[in-house]
Amino acid sequence: MAENVTPRVRVPDSASAGEAVLIKTLISHPMESGQRKDSQGNVIPRSIINRFTCEFNGETVIDATLEPAISTNPYFEFEALVNESGTFVFTWYDDDGSVYEERKDITVS
Amino acid sequence: MRQAKRLVGGGAVLVLLLAGAALADPDHDELIVNGEIEMIVRAPAPPHVENLDEIISGWSFRTDETQALQMDDFDNPGMLGVERALVMFDTPMGTAGQACSSCHETPEALRGVRATYPKWDEERQTVQTVEMQVNECLTERMGAEPLGYDSTEMVDMSALIASVSRGMVVDVAIDGPAQSTWEKGREMYYTRFGQLELACANCHEDNAGRMIRADHLSQGQINGFPAYRLNNAALISVHNRFRGCIRDTRAETFEVGSPEFVALELYVASRGNGLTVEGPSVRN
Repeated sequence: MAENVTPRVRVPDSASAGEAVLIKTLISHPMESGQRKDSQGNVIPRSIINRFTCEFNGETVIDATLEPAISTNPYFEFEALVNESGTFVFTWYDDDGSVYEERKDITVS
Repeated sequence: MRQAKRLVGGGAVLVLLLAGAALADPDHDELIVNGEIEMIVRAPAPPHVENLDEIISGWSFRTDETQALQMDDFDNPGMLGVERALVMFDTPMGTAGQACSSCHETPEALRGVRATYPKWDEERQTVQTVEMQVNECLTERMGAEPLGYDSTEMVDMSALIASVSRGMVVDVAIDGPAQSTWEKGREMYYTRFGQLELACANCHEDNAGRMIRADHLSQGQINGFPAYRLNNAALISVHNRFRGCIRDTRAETFEVGSPEFVALELYVASRGNGLTVEGPSVRN
């Protein structure tokens, strides 16, 4: 069970229709690869965020599969075209079954 | 024939070295964090730094990609530590039932601290670092256990304390009662340690800007500490970095928090008088 997992996102409050807005997301997570051993020689079990998705008004913007080689605190930066006001929903899926969700509204004029 | 080949080989190596030196100079980019905190990354060397004309922040020696990570708090992984410390700041610890905020209210009340530490403490008759001051609060005023000098909690807290002073000019006092400690630190800076017989000055003064194998040597300024090191994927305290450097000379190192490292920290901090507080910075 990963501790202190906190998602955070940055989405502009407003945009003009048809604009590509810059979105930044980061989730604090150890991303334990499952390849390492502790001081006793036991394998430290894998514990990573294995999937990240972003939806805008129900439409998929990005759907990424994460692999064990991705570093601590995975960071995503991407652009999304917005034509109408609405809500971005960001979801991170943890190996331990936890699902972390974050929402951001954007006003399009 | 063999002789000629060797000469050709030698020439090729020389050309490569020269090319490497030209590419490796620190850049002249400007550092503005969050579009508002203007940093001084180059300044005239203070008079007590005899062998340098200009002091340059370690930020200028890093690649554009690493530099960019420090220019926006959202991108700076060191800010995760600052956020953890913010929670700790408001959490009562110890038998007195007090939190940091019981006295200091907000972290911003500690603005300016990072810029002047390590500093002479009249009451204790010694030079104190920020970490020693935090532990003094914990043990003497809050009735709590001291934090490990290099523990995650302590490094997070020192990152928080540094973050509120960002953009302020480093100005540690080297005269008066702190002078003897400063001189001890200066002595250490120029003393060769370890099987490789390297002093701090050999890399960070004589060869700053050059490559040491794959590493780009900076001036070893500590205005950016604690630093988020991509190498460790963690915030690293300045004493931890000192220990790493001395270990790399293949010497037995001093302990973090030892009087030797406190003296060295005071001296190295004073070499950066004129640069701005950047902690938590991002380095490789």
